[in-house]
Amino acid sequence: MIALILSALWGVVMMFSGIFLKNKKAAAPVAITGIIALLIVSYLEYNAVLYLDADIRGMLKFSAFGQVFTGVVFFCTLIYFILNAAEFEETGNDTFEYYALIFFILSGIGLVTYFNTLLMLFLGIEIISIPLYILAGSDKKNLKSNEASLKYFLMGAFSSGIMLMGIAFLYGASGTFYIDGINVATAGFSPMIAIGLVLLLISMSFKVSAAPFHFWTPDVYDGSPTVVTSFMATIVKVASFVAFLRLFDNAFGKVHAQWQILVALITAATLFIGNITAVFQQSVKRMLSYSSIAQAGFMLLAVFSLNTFAKEGLILYAAAYSLATIGSFAVVIKMKDYSLEGFNGLGKTQPFLALMNTIFLLSLTGIPLTAGFFAKYYMLIGAVKNGHQTWLVIFAVLMAAISAYYYFRVIQAMYFKEGNAEAKPVSAVFKYTLLFTAMLVIVLGMFPSLLTKALY
Amino acid sequence: MNPKDVLLTFPELLLWFPLISGLIAFVLKKGDHAKKWALTSSFITVGIVAASLFFTDQKYFNFNNVSYFWMPSLGSSFALMYDGMGRMLCLLTAVSFPLVFLSTYTNDYKKPHSFYGLMLLTQSGLMGVFCAMDALVFYFFWELALIPVYFLSSIWGGEKRIQATFKFFVYTFAGSLLLLIGIIYVYLHTPEGTFSLRAFMEAKLPPGKEKVAFWLFFIAFAIKMPVFPFHTWQPDAYEQSPTGVTMILSGIMVKMGVFALIRWLVPVFPYATQMFSNIVVVLAVTGMIYASCIAWMQDDLKRLVAYSSIAHIGLMCAAVFARAESGVEGVMIQMFNHGINIIGLWIVVNAVEKYWGTRKISELGGLANTSPTLTIFLVIIALANIALPLTNAFVGEFLMFNGLFAYGKWTTAIALISIILAAVYTLNMIQKVFYGPVRAHYPLAGVTRLDKGAVVALSIIVIIIFVLGVYPKPLIELTMSTVGAFMNKVHGL
Repeated sequence: MIALILSALWGVVMMFSGIFLKNKKAAAPVAITGIIALLIVSYLEYNAVLYLDADIRGMLKFSAFGQVFTGVVFFCTLIYFILNAAEFEETGNDTFEYYALIFFILSGIGLVTYFNTLLMLFLGIEIISIPLYILAGSDKKNLKSNEASLKYFLMGAFSSGIMLMGIAFLYGASGTFYIDGINVATAGFSPMIAIGLVLLLISMSFKVSAAPFHFWTPDVYDGSPTVVTSFMATIVKVASFVAFLRLFDNAFGKVHAQWQILVALITAATLFIGNITAVFQQSVKRMLSYSSIAQAGFMLLAVFSLNTFAKEGLILYAAAYSLATIGSFAVVIKMKDYSLEGFNGLGKTQPFLALMNTIFLLSLTGIPLTAGFFAKYYMLIGAVKNGHQTWLVIFAVLMAAISAYYYFRVIQAMYFKEGNAEAKPVSAVFKYTLLFTAMLVIVLGMFPSLLTKALY
Repeated sequence: MNPKDVLLTFPELLLWFPLISGLIAFVLKKGDHAKKWALTSSFITVGIVAASLFFTDQKYFNFNNVSYFWMPSLGSSFALMYDGMGRMLCLLTAVSFPLVFLSTYTNDYKKPHSFYGLMLLTQSGLMGVFCAMDALVFYFFWELALIPVYFLSSIWGGEKRIQATFKFFVYTFAGSLLLLIGIIYVYLHTPEGTFSLRAFMEAKLPPGKEKVAFWLFFIAFAIKMPVFPFHTWQPDAYEQSPTGVTMILSGIMVKMGVFALIRWLVPVFPYATQMFSNIVVVLAVTGMIYASCIAWMQDDLKRLVAYSSIAHIGLMCAAVFARAESGVEGVMIQMFNHGINIIGLWIVVNAVEKYWGTRKISELGGLANTSPTLTIFLVIIALANIALPLTNAFVGEFLMFNGLFAYGKWTTAIALISIILAAVYTLNMIQKVFYGPVRAHYPLAGVTRLDKGAVVALSIIVIIIFVLGVYPKPLIELTMSTVGAFMNKVHGL
C-alpha cells in the first residue's frame, strides 16, 4: 500500500525535480533513489514491519503473491534504470518526464497486481497504458516512433473499450464489481457472464499481445525507442500477465473447464505465430519483439493451468524473462546496427557484451542452469499436472525448440561469423550491472526456490 | 568406513575436477599452457577413475554415492551414484580425453585456452550424465554436455560448420525437451513426488500414459544415439566438427543414448518396452543395414566412419531391446570398445587428412608405401571395428548377437548381414586408400612422419584392443552387477 502510494508520489517528485534541476544527468540518480526507496518500502511491507491501514473498501487485496511480484517488478526496474540511464538522456529532452511516466506506470502495476474489483483492474490497466502511449512516441522526430505511438493508442483504446464492455456485462449479470461476487455469480453460468468473460479474455489478450490480437506488437515494439521497448516488452507485459492470471483465477476459477479450451487455442496460436515469425526476422530488435510474443505464449500456460505450479512459475517466469530481456535489450541498444549482420564478430570486438548477451539468450531459450529453464519447467509441469489438452504441452516444447533457432542465430553471429560489430562505449557501472544481472540469471537457474519460497 | 571420513566421493571428484580445471584453462591464455594443462588434467582424471576401480566393494558405499539437498520443494536432490556401468563409462570418458589431446597435440587451434576449457567442461558434463541418479540432475547434465560441444564444433569446425552443428543442436534440443515432458509425466506419478531413479522405477503410470512417456523418452535417446530414422544430423556433424570433437561425439556422446536406454528407459517403462520392443528392434536393424550400405558408397573417409558408427549403435540398441542377459552384457562391453576403436579410426583419418590434404577415397591410394606405421595401426583398428576374433569388439558383438538370437532368429540373420557389409566397406576402404597404385597426392612437404602424440595414442588403443580381445573379464565383472539389476527389472514384470 505504502509502496503503491509512494510510486505515484515519486512520479510527481520526478516531474518537479525536472523543473528545478536543469541538468539531464541528474534525472537518473533521482529515479534510482526513488526505486531503491520503493524496494525498501515494499520489503518492509512484505515483512509486515510497515503497515498502513486505510479504508479502501476491500477494493485492493494485498497478498504475498502480489507483494513478491511488485518486489520483482521494482527490482527489474532498478536494473533497467541503471542499464539504460545513458539512453534516457539521448532519447529526447524530457528525461525527467520519462522517468516520471515510468513511476506512474509502476503505480498502475501495483493496482493490477492487488486489484479486488474490476474497477481497480480497469484503472490499473489505463494507468499503465496512457503513459506508455506517450513513451512510445517520445522520439518525436522519428516517424516510426510517432506511428508506434498512434497505433498503440488506437489499439489500446479499442481494447480498453472491449474490456469496459465486458465489465459492464459482468456487472449486469452479477450486480457487483468485486471479483469474489463475480466468482459466486458464475455458478449459474448465464449468457451474460459468458459474453463478459469472452470480452475480458479478448481485451487481456490484447494487453499481453497474445495471438490473434498481437498485430500491434511488432510495429509498436519496433517503432518505439529501444529503451522504451525494453520496458514495455518486459515489466509491463509480465504485469499484465499477473492481472490476467488473477482475474481468471479469482473471478472465473470455478468455470475453468468452460474457458480452458479457449485459452489453449490462444496459447497455441500465440506460440506458433510468435516463434515462426521470429525465425524470419533480420533485425535483432524485431526478433526480440516477436520472441516476446512467443514467450507470452509460454506464460499463457499459467492461465491455462491455474494451479500452484502456475502461480509460482509465473513469478519465476516474470523475473527470468524480464531480467534476460532487459539485459539483452541493453546490449542491443549499445549496438550501432540492430540487424543480425551488425552482431557479426561481436565476440571478438566486445567479448564481454557478447558473453553477457549469450547468457541472456541461453536463458530465453531455456537451457538448464539459467533461470529461463525453471521458468519454462514450471509452466510445463503446471500444464501437465492440469491433465487436459496434452497436445498443447508437446506443441509448446516443439515451439521452444524452434525458439532455439532464432536465439542461437544471434549467438552464431557474435561468435562464429567474421565481422566487425561496432558498439558504443559502455561505462563501468553498466558492465557491473550487466554482470550482476547475468549472475542473477544463473543463480536463479540453480536455486529457483530462492524466489518461489518467498511466496509462503 | 565412517561417512564423515569421506571428504569427496568419486562421482563428485570426477564432476568437479574437470569442471574446475576447465575453468582454469580459460584463463591460461599464454602459448600452449592451456594445452599442457588440459593434458595433465585429463591424465589426473584417468588416475582418479583408475583409483576408483579398487573401491567397487559394497563396503565402500560412501565413496561412491552422494546426495545433497538441492531443490527439496521440487522433489529433486543432487544425487550421484557410481555403479558398474557408470564406472565403465566414466573410465571410457577419462581414457578418451588424453587420447584425444595426445593425438591432436600438434594441431594449433586459434584461441587454444577456450578450446581446451570447453573440452574439459564437456568431460565434466559427460561424467555428470553417467553418474546422475536423479532425473532432473540427469536432464541438466544431458543438456549441459551439449552446450560446450556446440561451441566447439561451431568455432573450430570445417567449412559448413555453422549449419551442421546447428542442425545437430536443434535436433538434440528438441529431443531433450520431449524428454523433459516425459520426466514431468513420470514425476507426477511417483509415489513420493521425487525425481530419484528409484521413485521413477516405482512410479505407476496408467498404461496409456506409459506409452506416451516411453516414446517421449525414446525419441530423445534415439536422436542422441542416433537410431534410424533420427540419424540425419550425425554424418554432417561428424564431418564438420574438428577431429578432436568428433572423437568425443562419436566415442562418448553417442554412448549417452545407449546408457540412457539401460538406466532410464527400460527399467522405468518395463511394460511399454515389452510392447514396443518389436518396433524399436526393427528400426534399429533397418538402420544397421541402411547405414552399412551408405557407408559402402561413401567417398569421404569421415562420412564412412560416421555411417559405420550408426550401424554399430543400431546393434547396441537392438540388443538392449532384445533384453537377454548376454546381449546386455555385450552392450556394456561394446560401449567401451566401440568408443576406443572409433577414436582410433578418427586418429588415422585425421592423420591421412593432415598429410595428404584430402579425405576422399578416390583421391588417395598406396599410402602403405609411404607410411607403413600408419597402415599397420589402421589395419588393426579397422579389423577390430569389424569385430574380428581376438580383437576387443568381437566379444561384445558376439554376446549381442547371442542375445538377439534369443529374441528372434530372422532378426539376427538380417542383422548379421550388416557384419558382412561392414567387412566389405572396411576392407574396400583399406584396399583403395592404403594399397594399390600410388596416386598423385604425395605427402605434403615435411610431414611424412606420424607425430609422436598420435603414435602414443594409437599404441595405447592397439594395446587395449588386444588385451580386451583376449581377456575381457575385467569389463564383464565391472558391469555384471548393473546387468543383473537390469535383468531383474526386466523379468520382474
